[in-house]
Amino acid sequence: MDLQTLTLLVVGATFALYIAIALWARAATTGEFYVAGKGVHPVANGMATAADWMSAASFISMAGMISFKGYDASVYLMGWTGGYVLLALLLAPYLRKFGKFTVPEFIGERYYSRTARIVAVICLIVASITYVIGQMKGVGVAFSRFLEVDFATGVLVGMAIVFVYAVIGGMKGITYTQIAQYVVLIFAYTVPAIFISLQLTGNPLPQLGLGGSMSDGVHVLEKLDLVLQDLGFSKYTEQKGGTLNIFLLTLSLMIGTAGLPHVIIRFFTVPKVKDARSSAGWALVFIAILYTTAPAVGAMAMFNLVKTVQTEEVGSATANLVYEDRPSWFSNWEKTGLLGFEDKNGDGRIQYYNDKNQEFAAKAEQLGWKGNELTKIDNDIMVLANPEIAGLPNWVIALVAAGGIAAALSTAAGLLLAISSAISHDLLKGVFVPNISEKKELMAGRIAMAGAIVLAGYLGMNPPGFAAEVVALAFGLAASSIFPALMMGIFNKRINSSGAIWGMLSGLTVTVVYIFVFKGWFFVPGTNNLPNTPDNWLLGISPEAFGAVGALVNFMVAIAVSRVTKAPPDHIQHMVEDIRVPKGASAATEH
Amino acid sequence: MSTPENLAAYWKENLRLLAICLGIWFVVSYLFSILLVDVLNQIHIGGYPLGFWFAQQGSIYVYLVLIFYYAKKMDTLDRKYDVHED
Repeated sequence: MDLQTLTLLVVGATFALYIAIALWARAATTGEFYVAGKGVHPVANGMATAADWMSAASFISMAGMISFKGYDASVYLMGWTGGYVLLALLLAPYLRKFGKFTVPEFIGERYYSRTARIVAVICLIVASITYVIGQMKGVGVAFSRFLEVDFATGVLVGMAIVFVYAVIGGMKGITYTQIAQYVVLIFAYTVPAIFISLQLTGNPLPQLGLGGSMSDGVHVLEKLDLVLQDLGFSKYTEQKGGTLNIFLLTLSLMIGTAGLPHVIIRFFTVPKVKDARSSAGWALVFIAILYTTAPAVGAMAMFNLVKTVQTEEVGSATANLVYEDRPSWFSNWEKTGLLGFEDKNGDGRIQYYNDKNQEFAAKAEQLGWKGNELTKIDNDIMVLANPEIAGLPNWVIALVAAGGIAAALSTAAGLLLAISSAISHDLLKGVFVPNISEKKELMAGRIAMAGAIVLAGYLGMNPPGFAAEVVALAFGLAASSIFPALMMGIFNKRINSSGAIWGMLSGLTVTVVYIFVFKGWFFVPGTNNLPNTPDNWLLGISPEAFGAVGALVNFMVAIAVSRVTKAPPDHIQHMVEDIRVPKGASAATEH
Repeated sequence: MSTPENLAAYWKENLRLLAICLGIWFVVSYLFSILLVDVLNQIHIGGYPLGFWFAQQGSIYVYLVLIFYYAKKMDTLDRKYDVHED
């Protein structure tokens, strides 16, 4: 069977499974639609949270970033896992005790203010929609490639699928579907990693294989350092970027993780406060399986890539791959435009090296090299191309395709649910139409979700060219606005409504302005005030890392404003005391 | 049992536990993996330079242990101060 048919079969089979589950678990009441009747077991909830959390960025993108950035990509590994510690310790149990449906609901009640609730809804919607756009685009790329249709059709197919199980199923449908998606995506991620680890090191566990040695007795990482240095690149295991930026980017991603509404909403779904604490741990167990495998995938894919092009030692006449003899994965990816070759010195062979390294230039000239000839290698192709580079069987490649699509779809569905509940529950029921019937609220939620799918699909179809920036903005937004308001709401009784509102607004504004100054206003190309290079950044802090600074501003403003204004009323202070203890949680869940 | 003094003591113990756990979280992520990474990289475990291992593997394992440790400790604390559910 050829690869195309096999991929269609595998992807089709997983889809039939997701839709069947969504239909089987149709939500009947408002409570079930949003939070699965608060009856999901912590382990199941953890697995669904993991699928929800790991998007196309984790599955498709991250290992590729690790391949090319080496140590510096640790920010993503730590940032996107360390946030769960903050979630489990600082937010999850208290929000579960509070026992309502959504994040803005908590902010609105804790800060006894409609304005605070509306500000929180705005932060939530902006962060979530920007994130969904990226997912829709990922779904579109995957579908168009494997269905061999144009990109727009790929996005439409993705929209239809997301619509079916998110809109019909609600949270309960999503929870069970996401468990299935987790199984598909983790299997798809680890199987090729195990094969490749075995090939290179003889150790089936990629986590150990990366620290192991190759057949010639040299350690994998040491060998990779040497191979890259031979081509003028810096060492894989060495730090390249500024320390302050790495520090703040890690912090920003961690705080953003703990502040993203679609992850927080998960902890409303466990039966008890006790379960909320361990549920975050279970989520991280399932996430860690992928996240500790990714460094091995990244390093080994890089090694295989270099070895494919540079078959022998640098300098030997026959060491570089003859372009005409390139493997089929190479020409397949060339067709997508994500991999590019230009024979600069006209020798018919491929030279891949760091032509920006001045010290290496003399050696390159002596060898007759006229510049790096792999003119384009998109980081995002590494995970998808990895099994092909290593020569693994076709069914493994088909599996990876299904896994990537599962990752993108599950995250898109979770985010859409957060958006729909923000609109129907927080804006309509909470602020504008308080006496709306349950049936109408449910309907409004579904319409909001459908609307969000159409909007995100439209934006994903016409990407304004800012996929990576959008993800960074989503994290920066969540970090600078939502997380501080939640944390202070629990740990500081003195923070009042003005403090929270001014804190959220200033944290958000500072972050957004800093991003727009370097990336262009509303991401319109050419409208940036300063070039986006490290010399122009404030203290070398990149726009992606600025969410941490925004969060700090939020904390400081909120505390300062609260100090000079009136303390929150007594009943609010009692409420805070009440959410700090687990006892009485079941009563609080009655809505 | 749930007198205001009792609840205050419960909260204080919780905060102490939080400080310890977040202290470890900070040391592993920001000291070992970022600020002191070059120093730790002088030491090797198998083929891993230690700082690099913390940044790409070890920190994640520590996070897991921290979350379950905190959950377990809080469970004991809930019972000690009789604030657990049921």
